[in-house]
Amino acid sequence: MSRYTIYSISSVLLVLAVWSIFTYSNMVDSLFLPTPGDTVKALGEEIKEGIFFKDVGTSFYRISFGFLISTVFAVPIGMMIATSRTWQAIWEPLIGLIRYMPAVAFIPLSILWFGASDIQKFFILFLGVFFQEVIMIADNCKTVNKSLIEVGQTLGFTKGEVLRNITFKAALPGMMDTFRTTWGWAWTYLVVAELVAANSGLGYRIMQAQRYLATDRIVLGILVIGLLGLITDLLFSLVYKKMFPWKALEKAKG
Amino acid sequence: MQANKEHENKLEEMLVARNVTKTFVSHKKVITAMENVNLTIHKGEFVSLLGPSGCGKSTFLRLVAGLDPKTEGELLLHNDPIVGAGKDRGVVFQQYSLLPWMHAWENVAFALKNVDELSKAQKKEKAYHYLDLVGLKGFENSYPAQLSGGMQQRVAIARALVFHPSLLLMDEPFGALDAQTRREMQDLVMKVWSEEKCSVLFVTHDVDEAIYLSDRVYIMSAHPGKIAKELTIEIPKPRDFNDQLSIEFLEYKRAIISELERQKSLKKLSNG
Repeated sequence: MSRYTIYSISSVLLVLAVWSIFTYSNMVDSLFLPTPGDTVKALGEEIKEGIFFKDVGTSFYRISFGFLISTVFAVPIGMMIATSRTWQAIWEPLIGLIRYMPAVAFIPLSILWFGASDIQKFFILFLGVFFQEVIMIADNCKTVNKSLIEVGQTLGFTKGEVLRNITFKAALPGMMDTFRTTWGWAWTYLVVAELVAANSGLGYRIMQAQRYLATDRIVLGILVIGLLGLITDLLFSLVYKKMFPWKALEKAKG
Repeated sequence: MQANKEHENKLEEMLVARNVTKTFVSHKKVITAMENVNLTIHKGEFVSLLGPSGCGKSTFLRLVAGLDPKTEGELLLHNDPIVGAGKDRGVVFQQYSLLPWMHAWENVAFALKNVDELSKAQKKEKAYHYLDLVGLKGFENSYPAQLSGGMQQRVAIARALVFHPSLLLMDEPFGALDAQTRREMQDLVMKVWSEEKCSVLFVTHDVDEAIYLSDRVYIMSAHPGKIAKELTIEIPKPRDFNDQLSIEFLEYKRAIISELERQKSLKKLSNG
Protein backbone atom coordinates (compact mmCIF):
# COMPACT_ATOMS: atom_id res chain seq x y z
CA MET A 1 0.00 0.00 0.00
CA SER A 2 1.44 3.36 -0.92
CA ARG A 3 1.94 6.14 1.55
CA TYR A 4 -0.74 8.16 -0.17
CA THR A 5 -3.35 5.42 0.08
CA ILE A 6 -2.71 5.35 3.81
CA TYR A 7 -3.22 9.10 3.98
CA SER A 8 -6.49 8.79 2.07
CA ILE A 9 -7.83 6.08 4.34
CA SER A 10 -6.71 7.99 7.44
CA SER A 11 -8.56 11.14 6.46
CA VAL A 12 -11.82 9.19 6.03
CA LEU A 13 -11.27 7.34 9.31
CA LEU A 14 -10.62 10.62 11.09
CA VAL A 15 -13.98 12.07 10.04
CA LEU A 16 -15.64 8.82 11.06
CA ALA A 17 -13.90 8.97 14.43
CA VAL A 18 -15.00 12.55 15.09
CA TRP A 19 -18.53 11.61 14.12
CA SER A 20 -18.41 8.61 16.51
CA ILE A 21 -17.02 10.60 19.41
CA PHE A 22 -19.72 13.23 19.17
CA THR A 23 -22.59 10.79 18.78
CA TYR A 24 -21.68 7.79 20.94
CA SER A 25 -20.77 10.07 23.84
CA ASN A 26 -24.21 11.69 23.53
CA MET A 27 -22.60 15.09 23.15
CA VAL A 28 -25.00 15.52 20.25
CA ASP A 29 -28.56 14.30 20.58
CA SER A 30 -29.34 11.41 18.21
CA LEU A 31 -32.33 13.43 17.03
CA PHE A 32 -29.90 15.81 15.37
CA LEU A 33 -27.16 13.41 14.38
CA PRO A 34 -27.39 9.60 14.50
CA THR A 35 -24.47 7.36 15.36
CA PRO A 36 -22.66 5.62 12.51
CA GLY A 37 -24.09 2.36 13.81
CA ASP A 38 -27.66 3.63 13.63
CA THR A 39 -27.07 4.86 10.12
CA VAL A 40 -25.93 1.42 9.03
CA LYS A 41 -28.92 -0.06 10.80
CA ALA A 42 -31.20 2.30 8.89
CA LEU A 43 -29.64 0.97 5.71
CA GLY A 44 -30.47 -2.58 6.78
CA GLU A 45 -34.07 -1.59 7.51
CA GLU A 46 -34.52 0.18 4.19
CA ILE A 47 -33.16 -2.83 2.36
CA LYS A 48 -35.51 -5.12 4.30
CA GLU A 49 -38.45 -2.86 3.49
CA GLY A 50 -37.49 -3.19 -0.13
CA ILE A 51 -37.25 0.54 -0.72
CA PHE A 52 -33.50 1.14 -0.75
CA PHE A 53 -32.55 -0.34 -4.10
CA LYS A 54 -35.79 0.91 -5.62
CA ASP A 55 -34.93 4.46 -4.56
CA VAL A 56 -31.40 4.18 -5.86
CA GLY A 57 -32.67 2.68 -9.13
CA THR A 58 -35.33 5.34 -9.60
CA SER A 59 -32.97 8.23 -8.94
CA PHE A 60 -30.31 6.67 -11.13
CA TYR A 61 -32.75 6.18 -13.96
CA ARG A 62 -33.91 9.80 -13.72
CA ILE A 63 -30.45 11.29 -13.63
CA SER A 64 -29.14 9.06 -16.42
CA PHE A 65 -32.02 9.80 -18.73
CA GLY A 66 -32.07 13.52 -17.94
CA PHE A 67 -28.33 13.74 -18.40
CA LEU A 68 -28.46 11.77 -21.62
CA ILE A 69 -31.07 14.03 -23.26
CA SER A 70 -29.15 17.12 -22.21
CA THR A 71 -25.90 15.73 -23.59
CA VAL A 72 -27.38 14.47 -26.84
CA PHE A 73 -28.42 18.04 -27.57
CA ALA A 74 -25.49 19.81 -25.97
CA VAL A 75 -22.74 18.07 -27.97
CA PRO A 76 -23.85 18.91 -31.52
CA ILE A 77 -25.10 22.37 -30.58
CA GLY A 78 -21.90 23.13 -28.67
CA MET A 79 -19.90 22.04 -31.70
CA MET A 80 -22.01 24.21 -33.99
CA ILE A 81 -21.46 27.23 -31.76
CA ALA A 82 -17.72 26.60 -31.69
CA THR A 83 -17.33 26.27 -35.44
CA SER A 84 -19.89 28.55 -37.04
CA ARG A 85 -20.32 32.25 -36.46
CA THR A 86 -23.91 32.09 -37.69
CA TRP A 87 -24.95 29.37 -35.26
CA GLN A 88 -23.06 31.09 -32.53
CA ALA A 89 -25.04 34.27 -33.17
CA ILE A 90 -28.31 32.34 -33.09
CA TRP A 91 -27.70 30.26 -29.98
CA GLU A 92 -25.49 32.34 -27.76
CA PRO A 93 -27.96 35.01 -26.53
CA LEU A 94 -30.59 32.39 -25.66
CA ILE A 95 -28.18 30.10 -23.92
CA GLY A 96 -26.36 32.93 -22.20
CA LEU A 97 -29.64 34.20 -20.75
CA ILE A 98 -31.17 30.91 -19.66
CA ARG A 99 -27.86 29.74 -18.25
CA TYR A 100 -28.09 32.37 -15.55
CA MET A 101 -31.65 31.48 -14.60
CA PRO A 102 -31.31 29.06 -11.67
CA ALA A 103 -32.76 25.72 -12.71
CA VAL A 104 -34.28 25.20 -9.28
CA ALA A 105 -36.29 28.42 -9.68
CA PHE A 106 -38.19 26.58 -12.39
CA ILE A 107 -39.37 23.85 -10.04
CA PRO A 108 -42.74 25.46 -9.19
CA LEU A 109 -43.43 26.10 -12.85
CA SER A 110 -42.32 22.59 -13.78
CA ILE A 111 -44.72 21.07 -11.25
CA LEU A 112 -47.50 23.17 -12.71
CA TRP A 113 -46.68 21.84 -16.15
CA PHE A 114 -45.72 18.24 -15.51
CA GLY A 115 -46.87 17.43 -11.97
CA ALA A 116 -44.58 15.27 -9.87
CA SER A 117 -43.81 13.01 -12.83
CA ASP A 118 -40.47 11.82 -14.15
CA ILE A 119 -40.84 14.28 -16.98
CA GLN A 120 -40.73 17.09 -14.46
CA LYS A 121 -37.37 15.72 -13.21
CA PHE A 122 -36.03 15.47 -16.76
CA PHE A 123 -37.12 19.03 -17.39
CA ILE A 124 -35.27 20.38 -14.35
CA LEU A 125 -32.22 18.26 -15.17
CA PHE A 126 -32.26 19.54 -18.73
CA LEU A 127 -32.44 23.16 -17.61
CA GLY A 128 -29.66 22.63 -15.11
CA VAL A 129 -27.35 20.55 -17.28
CA PHE A 130 -27.90 21.42 -20.93
CA PHE A 131 -27.30 25.16 -20.78
CA GLN A 132 -24.11 24.81 -18.79
CA GLU A 133 -22.88 21.87 -20.81
CA VAL A 134 -23.39 23.50 -24.18
CA ILE A 135 -21.15 26.44 -23.30
CA MET A 136 -18.48 24.16 -21.88
CA ILE A 137 -18.55 21.89 -24.92
CA ALA A 138 -18.29 24.87 -27.25
CA ASP A 139 -15.23 25.83 -25.24
CA ASN A 140 -13.79 22.31 -25.51
CA CYS A 141 -14.09 22.55 -29.29
CA LYS A 142 -12.71 26.08 -29.53
CA THR A 143 -9.49 25.05 -27.81
CA VAL A 144 -8.72 22.40 -30.44
CA ASN A 145 -5.37 23.19 -32.04
CA LYS A 146 -6.08 25.11 -35.23
CA SER A 147 -3.25 23.43 -37.08
CA LEU A 148 -4.98 20.05 -36.72
CA ILE A 149 -7.99 21.49 -38.50
CA GLU A 150 -5.75 22.90 -41.22
CA VAL A 151 -4.24 19.47 -41.68
CA GLY A 152 -7.73 18.19 -42.38
CA GLN A 153 -8.25 20.93 -44.95
CA THR A 154 -4.99 20.19 -46.72
CA LEU A 155 -5.96 16.51 -46.86
CA GLY A 156 -9.00 17.59 -48.86
CA PHE A 157 -11.66 16.88 -46.24
CA THR A 158 -14.97 18.70 -46.30
CA LYS A 159 -16.10 20.86 -43.38
CA GLY A 160 -18.28 18.06 -42.07
CA GLU A 161 -15.48 15.52 -42.28
CA VAL A 162 -13.10 17.84 -40.45
CA LEU A 163 -15.74 18.37 -37.77
CA ARG A 164 -16.38 14.64 -37.29
CA ASN A 165 -12.89 13.27 -37.72
CA ILE A 166 -10.76 16.00 -36.19
CA THR A 167 -12.58 18.63 -34.13
CA PHE A 168 -14.84 16.13 -32.37
CA LYS A 169 -12.13 13.62 -31.61
CA ALA A 170 -9.65 16.24 -30.49
CA ALA A 171 -12.25 17.82 -28.20
CA LEU A 172 -13.50 14.50 -26.82
CA PRO A 173 -11.17 14.26 -23.80
CA GLY A 174 -12.18 17.78 -22.79
CA MET A 175 -15.83 16.84 -23.28
CA MET A 176 -15.38 13.86 -20.99
CA ASP A 177 -14.14 16.22 -18.30
CA THR A 178 -17.18 18.40 -18.94
CA PHE A 179 -19.50 15.39 -18.55
CA ARG A 180 -17.80 14.47 -15.33
CA THR A 181 -18.37 17.93 -13.92
CA THR A 182 -21.93 18.37 -15.14
CA TRP A 183 -22.89 14.89 -13.95
CA GLY A 184 -22.02 16.07 -10.45
CA TRP A 185 -24.24 19.11 -10.86
CA ALA A 186 -27.02 16.91 -12.19
CA TRP A 187 -27.14 15.07 -8.86
CA THR A 188 -27.85 18.34 -7.07
CA TYR A 189 -30.67 19.27 -9.44
CA LEU A 190 -32.20 15.83 -9.23
CA VAL A 191 -32.19 15.67 -5.45
CA VAL A 192 -33.65 19.15 -5.16
CA ALA A 193 -36.39 18.21 -7.60
CA GLU A 194 -37.07 15.01 -5.67
CA LEU A 195 -37.15 16.83 -2.35
CA VAL A 196 -39.85 19.16 -3.60
CA ALA A 197 -42.09 16.85 -5.56
CA ALA A 198 -41.72 13.10 -5.90
CA ASN A 199 -43.20 9.80 -4.78
CA SER A 200 -39.94 7.89 -4.92
CA GLY A 201 -36.20 8.34 -5.20
CA LEU A 202 -33.41 9.25 -2.84
CA GLY A 203 -34.48 12.88 -2.41
CA TYR A 204 -38.05 11.82 -1.68
CA ARG A 205 -36.79 9.35 0.94
CA ILE A 206 -34.84 12.08 2.70
CA MET A 207 -37.91 14.31 2.76
CA GLN A 208 -40.04 11.46 4.11
CA ALA A 209 -37.50 10.73 6.83
CA GLN A 210 -37.55 14.33 7.95
CA ARG A 211 -41.29 14.13 8.39
CA TYR A 212 -40.84 11.27 10.89
CA LEU A 213 -37.71 12.77 12.44
CA ALA A 214 -35.79 9.70 11.26
CA THR A 215 -32.46 11.50 11.21
CA ASP A 216 -30.58 8.25 10.63
CA ARG A 217 -32.38 7.83 7.31
CA ILE A 218 -31.68 11.43 6.33
CA VAL A 219 -27.98 11.00 6.95
CA LEU A 220 -28.08 7.64 5.18
CA GLY A 221 -29.68 9.27 2.14
CA ILE A 222 -27.06 12.00 2.00
CA LEU A 223 -24.21 9.52 2.38
CA VAL A 224 -25.60 7.26 -0.33
CA ILE A 225 -25.85 10.15 -2.76
CA GLY A 226 -22.27 11.05 -1.96
CA LEU A 227 -21.10 7.48 -2.47
CA LEU A 228 -22.97 7.14 -5.76
CA GLY A 229 -21.32 10.34 -6.90
CA LEU A 230 -17.92 9.04 -5.93
CA ILE A 231 -18.46 5.73 -7.71
CA THR A 232 -19.61 7.35 -10.95
CA ASP A 233 -16.69 9.74 -10.74
CA LEU A 234 -14.28 6.83 -10.49
CA LEU A 235 -16.05 5.19 -13.41
CA PHE A 236 -15.61 8.36 -15.45
CA SER A 237 -11.90 8.47 -14.78
CA LEU A 238 -11.59 4.76 -15.61
CA VAL A 239 -13.42 5.22 -18.91
CA TYR A 240 -11.24 8.25 -19.62
CA LYS A 241 -8.08 6.22 -19.18
CA LYS A 242 -9.41 3.42 -21.36
CA MET A 243 -10.62 5.76 -24.09
CA PHE A 244 -7.58 8.04 -24.24
CA PRO A 245 -4.45 6.02 -23.53
CA TRP A 246 -2.42 8.64 -25.42
CA LYS A 247 -3.37 11.33 -22.90
CA ALA A 248 -1.29 9.65 -20.20
CA LEU A 249 1.65 9.47 -22.62
CA GLU A 250 1.38 13.18 -23.37
CA LYS A 251 1.36 13.95 -19.68
CA ALA A 252 4.38 11.74 -19.06
CA LYS A 253 6.23 13.63 -21.77
CA GLY A 254 5.33 16.96 -20.19
CA MET B 1 15.22 11.59 -77.69
CA GLN B 2 15.02 10.49 -74.08
CA ALA B 3 17.14 13.38 -72.97
CA ASN B 4 15.00 15.73 -74.97
CA LYS B 5 11.87 14.51 -73.25
CA GLU B 6 13.42 14.89 -69.84
CA HIS B 7 14.36 18.39 -70.75
CA GLU B 8 10.78 19.12 -71.69
CA ASN B 9 9.53 17.67 -68.42
CA LYS B 10 11.90 19.79 -66.50
CA LEU B 11 10.48 22.94 -67.93
CA GLU B 12 6.85 22.02 -67.39
CA GLU B 13 5.38 24.61 -65.08
CA MET B 14 3.92 23.25 -61.87
CA LEU B 15 3.23 26.40 -59.92
CA VAL B 16 3.09 29.91 -61.28
CA ALA B 17 2.61 33.04 -59.19
CA ARG B 18 2.05 36.33 -60.99
CA ASN B 19 1.95 39.57 -59.04
CA VAL B 20 0.49 37.84 -56.02
CA THR B 21 -0.36 40.26 -53.25
CA LYS B 22 -1.75 39.47 -49.84
CA THR B 23 -3.15 42.09 -47.50
CA PHE B 24 -5.10 41.63 -44.32
CA VAL B 25 -6.83 43.91 -41.90
CA SER B 26 -5.58 44.06 -38.35
CA HIS B 27 -6.85 46.58 -35.80
CA LYS B 28 -8.62 48.43 -38.61
CA LYS B 29 -5.35 48.90 -40.47
CA VAL B 30 -4.57 47.32 -43.80
CA ILE B 31 -1.30 45.44 -43.65
CA THR B 32 0.46 44.24 -46.78
CA ALA B 33 2.03 40.87 -45.99
CA MET B 34 3.49 40.48 -49.47
CA GLU B 35 3.41 42.40 -52.68
CA ASN B 36 3.74 41.42 -56.31
CA VAL B 37 5.35 38.07 -55.79
CA ASN B 38 6.33 36.38 -59.02
CA LEU B 39 7.76 32.91 -59.05
CA THR B 40 7.63 29.64 -60.90
CA ILE B 41 8.22 26.08 -59.81
CA HIS B 42 8.81 23.54 -62.54
CA LYS B 43 7.88 19.91 -62.39
CA GLY B 44 10.23 17.94 -60.18
CA GLU B 45 12.02 21.05 -59.01
CA PHE B 46 13.05 21.77 -55.44
CA VAL B 47 12.57 25.47 -54.75
CA SER B 48 13.23 27.29 -51.50
CA LEU B 49 11.73 30.52 -50.30
CA LEU B 50 14.30 32.13 -48.05
CA GLY B 51 13.98 35.24 -45.96
CA PRO B 52 13.91 36.83 -42.53
CA SER B 53 10.88 36.37 -40.30
CA GLY B 54 8.01 38.60 -41.32
CA CYS B 55 8.90 38.53 -45.00
CA GLY B 56 5.68 36.75 -45.88
CA LYS B 57 7.23 33.47 -46.98
CA SER B 58 4.92 31.40 -44.82
CA THR B 59 2.01 33.55 -45.93
CA PHE B 60 2.84 32.68 -49.51
CA LEU B 61 2.96 28.98 -48.68
CA ARG B 62 -0.44 29.21 -47.04
CA LEU B 63 -1.85 30.78 -50.22
CA VAL B 64 -0.44 27.96 -52.30
CA ALA B 65 -1.80 25.42 -49.82
CA GLY B 66 -5.20 27.05 -50.23
CA LEU B 67 -5.55 27.76 -46.52
CA ASP B 68 -5.87 31.51 -47.09
CA PRO B 69 -7.15 33.38 -50.15
CA LYS B 70 -4.85 35.71 -52.06
CA THR B 71 -5.84 39.36 -52.35
CA GLU B 72 -4.59 40.07 -55.84
CA GLY B 73 -2.68 38.47 -58.67
CA GLU B 74 -2.70 35.06 -60.23
CA LEU B 75 -1.78 31.78 -58.61
CA LEU B 76 -1.84 28.76 -60.89
CA LEU B 77 -1.26 25.11 -60.20
CA HIS B 78 -1.10 22.99 -63.40
CA ASN B 79 -2.47 26.11 -65.13
CA ASP B 80 -5.56 26.06 -62.91
CA PRO B 81 -6.23 28.82 -60.39
CA ILE B 82 -5.89 27.70 -56.78
CA VAL B 83 -9.16 27.79 -54.89
CA GLY B 84 -9.04 26.17 -51.49
CA ALA B 85 -6.96 23.29 -50.22
CA GLY B 86 -6.67 20.06 -52.11
CA LYS B 87 -4.92 16.75 -52.35
CA ASP B 88 -2.73 17.74 -55.27
CA ARG B 89 -0.65 19.50 -52.62
CA GLY B 90 0.86 17.88 -49.54
CA VAL B 91 1.69 20.17 -46.64
CA VAL B 92 4.22 19.70 -43.84
CA PHE B 93 3.86 22.25 -41.06
CA GLN B 94 6.51 23.34 -38.61
CA GLN B 95 4.60 22.07 -35.59
CA TYR B 96 4.18 18.47 -36.89
CA SER B 97 0.39 18.59 -36.40
CA LEU B 98 -0.19 14.89 -35.92
CA LEU B 99 -3.46 13.66 -34.53
CA PRO B 100 -2.49 12.61 -31.00
CA TRP B 101 -5.13 9.88 -30.67
CA MET B 102 -3.87 7.95 -33.67
CA HIS B 103 -0.91 5.63 -33.98
CA ALA B 104 1.81 6.70 -36.40
CA TRP B 105 0.51 4.46 -39.20
CA GLU B 106 -3.07 5.63 -38.66
CA ASN B 107 -1.91 9.22 -38.97
CA VAL B 108 -0.45 8.39 -42.36
CA ALA B 109 -3.41 6.27 -43.47
CA PHE B 110 -5.74 9.08 -42.38
CA ALA B 111 -4.66 10.98 -45.49
CA LEU B 112 -6.15 8.15 -47.57
CA LYS B 113 -9.46 8.13 -45.74
CA ASN B 114 -11.50 9.20 -48.74
CA VAL B 115 -9.64 7.10 -51.29
CA ASP B 116 -12.31 4.53 -52.06
CA GLU B 117 -10.24 2.53 -54.53
CA LEU B 118 -8.01 1.29 -51.73
CA SER B 119 -9.10 -1.34 -49.23
CA LYS B 120 -8.36 -0.90 -45.55
CA ALA B 121 -5.50 -3.39 -45.79
CA GLN B 122 -4.03 -1.57 -48.79
CA LYS B 123 -4.15 1.73 -46.95
CA LYS B 124 -2.35 0.21 -44.01
CA GLU B 125 0.22 -1.30 -46.34
CA LYS B 126 0.83 2.07 -47.98
CA ALA B 127 1.13 3.77 -44.61
CA TYR B 128 3.69 1.19 -43.52
CA HIS B 129 5.58 1.62 -46.78
CA TYR B 130 5.86 5.38 -46.37
CA LEU B 131 6.83 5.12 -42.72
CA ASP B 132 9.59 2.79 -43.85
CA LEU B 133 10.63 5.32 -46.49
CA VAL B 134 11.05 8.03 -43.84
CA GLY B 135 12.99 5.66 -41.59
CA LEU B 136 10.31 4.80 -39.06
CA LYS B 137 10.10 1.05 -39.53
CA GLY B 138 9.15 -0.45 -36.19
CA PHE B 139 7.40 2.67 -34.92
CA GLU B 140 4.13 2.14 -36.81
CA ASN B 141 2.15 1.53 -33.64
CA SER B 142 3.58 4.39 -31.59
CA TYR B 143 1.50 7.34 -30.53
CA PRO B 144 2.91 10.78 -31.48
CA ALA B 145 3.56 11.42 -27.77
CA GLN B 146 5.96 8.48 -27.80
CA LEU B 147 8.01 9.92 -30.65
CA SER B 148 10.68 12.62 -30.62
CA GLY B 149 10.17 15.85 -32.55
CA GLY B 150 12.21 14.63 -35.50
CA MET B 151 10.31 11.35 -35.63
CA GLN B 152 6.98 13.15 -35.47
CA GLN B 153 8.05 15.30 -38.39
CA ARG B 154 8.95 12.13 -40.31
CA VAL B 155 5.41 10.88 -39.76
CA ALA B 156 4.09 14.21 -41.01
CA ILE B 157 6.25 13.90 -44.14
CA ALA B 158 4.98 10.36 -44.74
CA ARG B 159 1.43 11.62 -44.37
CA ALA B 160 2.03 14.40 -46.88
CA LEU B 161 3.52 11.98 -49.41
CA VAL B 162 1.22 8.98 -49.14
CA PHE B 163 -1.38 10.35 -51.56
CA HIS B 164 1.25 11.29 -54.17
CA PRO B 165 0.79 15.06 -54.31
CA SER B 166 2.36 16.76 -57.30
CA LEU B 167 3.58 19.60 -55.09
CA LEU B 168 4.97 19.22 -51.59
CA LEU B 169 4.81 22.35 -49.42
CA MET B 170 7.08 22.51 -46.39
CA ASP B 171 6.77 25.41 -43.96
CA GLU B 172 9.99 25.68 -41.94
CA PRO B 173 9.63 21.99 -41.23
CA PHE B 174 12.83 21.64 -39.22
CA GLY B 175 12.72 24.96 -37.38
CA ALA B 176 11.90 23.32 -34.06
CA LEU B 177 14.55 20.60 -34.26
CA ASP B 178 18.09 20.49 -32.89
CA ALA B 179 21.02 20.86 -35.29
CA GLN B 180 21.90 17.17 -35.50
CA THR B 181 18.32 16.05 -36.13
CA ARG B 182 17.95 18.88 -38.59
CA ARG B 183 20.83 17.57 -40.70
CA GLU B 184 19.37 14.07 -40.67
CA MET B 185 16.03 15.41 -41.75
CA GLN B 186 17.58 17.42 -44.59
CA ASP B 187 19.20 14.27 -45.94
CA LEU B 188 15.91 12.46 -45.55
CA VAL B 189 14.11 15.12 -47.57
CA MET B 190 16.77 14.87 -50.30
CA LYS B 191 16.33 11.11 -50.44
CA VAL B 192 12.55 11.27 -50.46
CA TRP B 193 12.54 13.98 -53.09
CA SER B 194 14.75 11.96 -55.42
CA GLU B 195 12.58 8.86 -54.96
CA GLU B 196 9.14 10.45 -55.14
CA LYS B 197 10.07 12.96 -57.86
CA CYS B 198 7.58 15.54 -56.67
CA SER B 199 8.04 19.30 -56.83
CA VAL B 200 8.82 20.98 -53.54
CA LEU B 201 8.25 24.47 -52.20
CA PHE B 202 10.39 24.74 -49.13
CA VAL B 203 10.11 27.72 -46.78
CA THR B 204 13.07 28.39 -44.52
CA HIS B 205 15.14 31.11 -42.92
CA ASP B 206 18.23 28.91 -42.81
CA VAL B 207 20.68 29.88 -45.58
CA ASP B 208 22.65 26.60 -45.50
CA GLU B 209 19.51 24.54 -45.59
CA ALA B 210 18.17 26.43 -48.59
CA ILE B 211 21.38 26.03 -50.61
CA TYR B 212 21.89 22.40 -49.62
CA LEU B 213 18.41 21.24 -50.64
CA SER B 214 17.38 23.48 -53.49
CA ASP B 215 17.61 23.65 -57.23
CA ARG B 216 16.59 27.25 -56.99
CA VAL B 217 16.32 29.75 -54.14
CA TYR B 218 14.09 32.79 -54.03
CA ILE B 219 15.30 35.36 -51.51
CA MET B 220 12.56 37.49 -50.02
CA SER B 221 12.75 40.86 -48.33
CA ALA B 222 10.38 41.99 -45.62
CA HIS B 223 7.76 44.71 -44.98
CA PRO B 224 6.14 44.17 -47.33
CA GLY B 225 7.31 40.76 -48.51
CA LYS B 226 8.83 40.82 -51.98
CA ILE B 227 11.03 38.57 -54.02
CA ALA B 228 14.42 40.28 -53.91
CA LYS B 229 16.56 37.82 -55.79
CA GLU B 230 16.48 34.48 -57.52
CA LEU B 231 19.43 32.11 -57.46
CA THR B 232 19.98 28.81 -59.25
CA ILE B 233 22.08 26.37 -57.23
CA GLU B 234 24.18 24.43 -59.69
CA ILE B 235 25.85 22.00 -57.33
CA PRO B 236 25.02 18.60 -58.83
CA LYS B 237 22.65 16.33 -56.96
CA PRO B 238 22.66 14.11 -54.98
CA ARG B 239 24.57 16.22 -52.52
CA ASP B 240 26.12 15.29 -49.20
CA PHE B 241 27.72 17.12 -46.29
CA ASN B 242 30.97 17.48 -48.22
CA ASP B 243 29.20 19.78 -50.62
CA GLN B 244 28.38 22.06 -47.72
CA LEU B 245 32.09 22.67 -47.29
CA SER B 246 32.87 23.27 -50.96
CA ILE B 247 34.00 26.62 -52.33
CA GLU B 248 30.97 26.67 -54.59
CA PHE B 249 28.64 26.29 -51.62
CA LEU B 250 30.37 29.07 -49.76
CA GLU B 251 30.11 31.33 -52.79
CA TYR B 252 26.34 30.83 -52.84
CA LYS B 253 26.24 31.46 -49.14
CA ARG B 254 28.21 34.67 -49.52
CA ALA B 255 25.88 35.84 -52.29
CA ILE B 256 22.79 35.15 -50.24
CA ILE B 257 24.02 36.64 -47.01
CA SER B 258 25.26 39.78 -48.71
CA GLU B 259 21.84 40.13 -50.34
CA LEU B 260 20.15 39.76 -46.94
CA GLU B 261 22.57 42.31 -45.45
CA ARG B 262 21.94 44.70 -48.32
CA GLN B 263 18.21 44.55 -47.60
CA LYS B 264 18.83 45.21 -43.95
CA SER B 265 20.84 48.36 -44.68
CA LEU B 266 18.24 49.50 -47.21
CA LYS B 267 15.62 49.15 -44.54
CA LYS B 268 17.70 51.19 -42.11
CA LEU B 269 18.05 53.94 -44.70
CA SER B 270 14.36 54.03 -45.51
CA ASN B 271 13.48 54.06 -41.83
CA GLY B 272 15.69 57.12 -41.56
